[in-house]
Amino acid sequence: MAPVGTAAHAWTAMRAIAGREVTRFLRQTGRLISAVVRPTLWLVVFSAGFQNVLGVSITPPYENYVTYDVYMAPGLIGMVLLFQGMQSSLALVFDREVGALRLLLTAPLPRWYVLLCKLVAGALLGVAQAYAFLLVAFLFGVDLPPWGALTVLPALALGAFTLAAVGLLLSVYVRRLENFAGTMNFVIFPAFFFSTALYPLWKVRESGSDWIALAARLNPFTHVVETIRFALYGQVQPLSAAVTLLVGAAAFALAVQGYDPQRGVLGRKPRDDG
Amino acid sequence: MPPTASQAAPAVVIDALSKSYGKVRALDGVSLALSPGQFTALLGPNGAGKSTLFQILTGLFVADSGSVQVLGHDLARQPTRALAAMGIVFQQPSLDLDLTVEQNLAYHAGLHGLAGRRARDAIAEALALFGQEGARSQRARTLSGGNRRKIEMARALMTEPAVVLLDEPTQGLDPASRRDIVEHVARLTRERGLCVLWATHIVSEVEGADRVVVLHKGRVLDDGPPADIVARHGGAALEDAFLALTGREPAGRAA
Repeated sequence: MAPVGTAAHAWTAMRAIAGREVTRFLRQTGRLISAVVRPTLWLVVFSAGFQNVLGVSITPPYENYVTYDVYMAPGLIGMVLLFQGMQSSLALVFDREVGALRLLLTAPLPRWYVLLCKLVAGALLGVAQAYAFLLVAFLFGVDLPPWGALTVLPALALGAFTLAAVGLLLSVYVRRLENFAGTMNFVIFPAFFFSTALYPLWKVRESGSDWIALAARLNPFTHVVETIRFALYGQVQPLSAAVTLLVGAAAFALAVQGYDPQRGVLGRKPRDDG
Repeated sequence: MPPTASQAAPAVVIDALSKSYGKVRALDGVSLALSPGQFTALLGPNGAGKSTLFQILTGLFVADSGSVQVLGHDLARQPTRALAAMGIVFQQPSLDLDLTVEQNLAYHAGLHGLAGRRARDAIAEALALFGQEGARSQRARTLSGGNRRKIEMARALMTEPAVVLLDEPTQGLDPASRRDIVEHVARLTRERGLCVLWATHIVSEVEGADRVVVLHKGRVLDDGPPADIVARHGGAALEDAFLALTGREPAGRAA
C-alpha cells in the first residue's frame, strides 16, 4: 500500500470526496424521504399485521417478552444501511458513466485511500439515515431503550461500513447503470429475506426450513442486524461483530484490488473509463 | 509544482510503451520525450491509439511493457507524485453537472490537497485565466459545451501542473470555440512553460503546434515541427502530409 502524501492532504481529500457525496445526497430529497419511508412502511404495515401472529420469545438480548415491532426495528435499521450501501455503489457506477470516476482515480492519492474516502462518505450517509429512521421508530412508539440510540452508534458505523464496502465491491463488476437494477434484486432482496431481520432463527427452524435457517446464519447481513440488535441494548454480540468486520475488510480489500489497474479487472478492459 | 524542472530536461519521458487488447495492438513501442514550454500535438485518426496512450499516461491503464516518467517520477512506481505534476482534460466530459462551477473546482482542489485560502485563490485565478469569473456560482449543467470545456481546462490548470494532457479537448465544439481554446492553451504553454500534449484528429487545430507527433495504428509515424513534416511528405499543408502518412499502409503490418 502506497502511503498518503501528508495528513493534511489526506484530510482535505476526504472532506472533498465526502462533501461531494453529502451535497449530492442533500440535493436528492427523494432519496432521503424514501430512505425513511421504506422501513417505516415495513414497520407500520408489517408489525401491525404480525403483532399477534408472531410471538417473540425471550432470547438475548431481550430480557422480557418483546413485541414484533421491537424485534423488527434492528432489521429495518439494517435495511436502511443495506440500501445506502447499494446506493453508494450506484453512485460509483454513475460516476463512471459521467466521467467523474476518471477524475477521482487520477487524483494524486493512492487508490485505496480514494476508495476509503468513498466508503467513509457512504457510511456517514448510512448512519445519518439510520438515525433518521430510529427517530421515526421512537415517534411511532417502538419500545426501544432510549440510551440504545447512543450505544448503537458503533454498530451502525460498522454495519454501514461493511455494507458500503460490499456495494463498492459490486461496483467493480457492475459496469452500467442498466445492470444495476438486476443486481439490486439479486443482492438486496436475498440479503434481507434470508436473514434474521424479519424472524428470529429459531422461528425459521421451528417451521422446518433448515436450509433457510442455514442461509440466514451464513448471510453477513444477519450479522449486521444482530450486531445492531445487541448494541441497542448496550451489548456486544462477539461473533456477529467479528463477522461484520471481517466481511467489510475483505470486501474492501477485494474492491481495492478490483480497482487496481495492474491487478484488477478494470485495467484489462479496452476503452472503458474506469 | 516544482519549478526546478530544468528547461533542458524533458518533463515527460515515454519509453517503448506497448499495449494490446487481445490481438489488437493498440500501442506498439511508442517512445516520446516531451519538453517544458512545448505544445506537442498528438495527431492520429480515430483508433490510432491516442486514447490508450492517454489512459496509460494518466495511470488508468497499465501498459504491457515500457515505462513513463513524469518529472523523473516513474508512473508505475510513484503514481501519486507523477499524477500531482499533471493536469488532465479527458476526452469524455467530467464535470459534475449537478454541482456549481465553484463546487466542481473546490472538489478538485480538495483532491489535490488544496484547502481554504489556497483553494479559493486557485479557483479565482483559474477562472480568470479562461474568462469564466461570471460562471462561478452557476450550475455546470447550465453552461454551454464550450464553456464547460473551459471550466475543465481551468480545473486542470488550477493545481499549477508542469504537464498538461488534453485528450481531444475540442470534441463537439464549434470552430470558433475550438480556435479560441487552442490559441489560449498555446499562449499559456509559452507564458507558463507548460509541457502540453494535445491529442486530436483535427489537423487544422494543430497547425500552430511546436511539434506534431503522428500516431497511426499504435506507432509513431513521424515527429517534428509541422513545417518539417509537410516538407518530408509533400503536399501544400499539414493536412496533405497527414493523409499521405496515414492513408498509406506501412508494408507488412496487419491491423
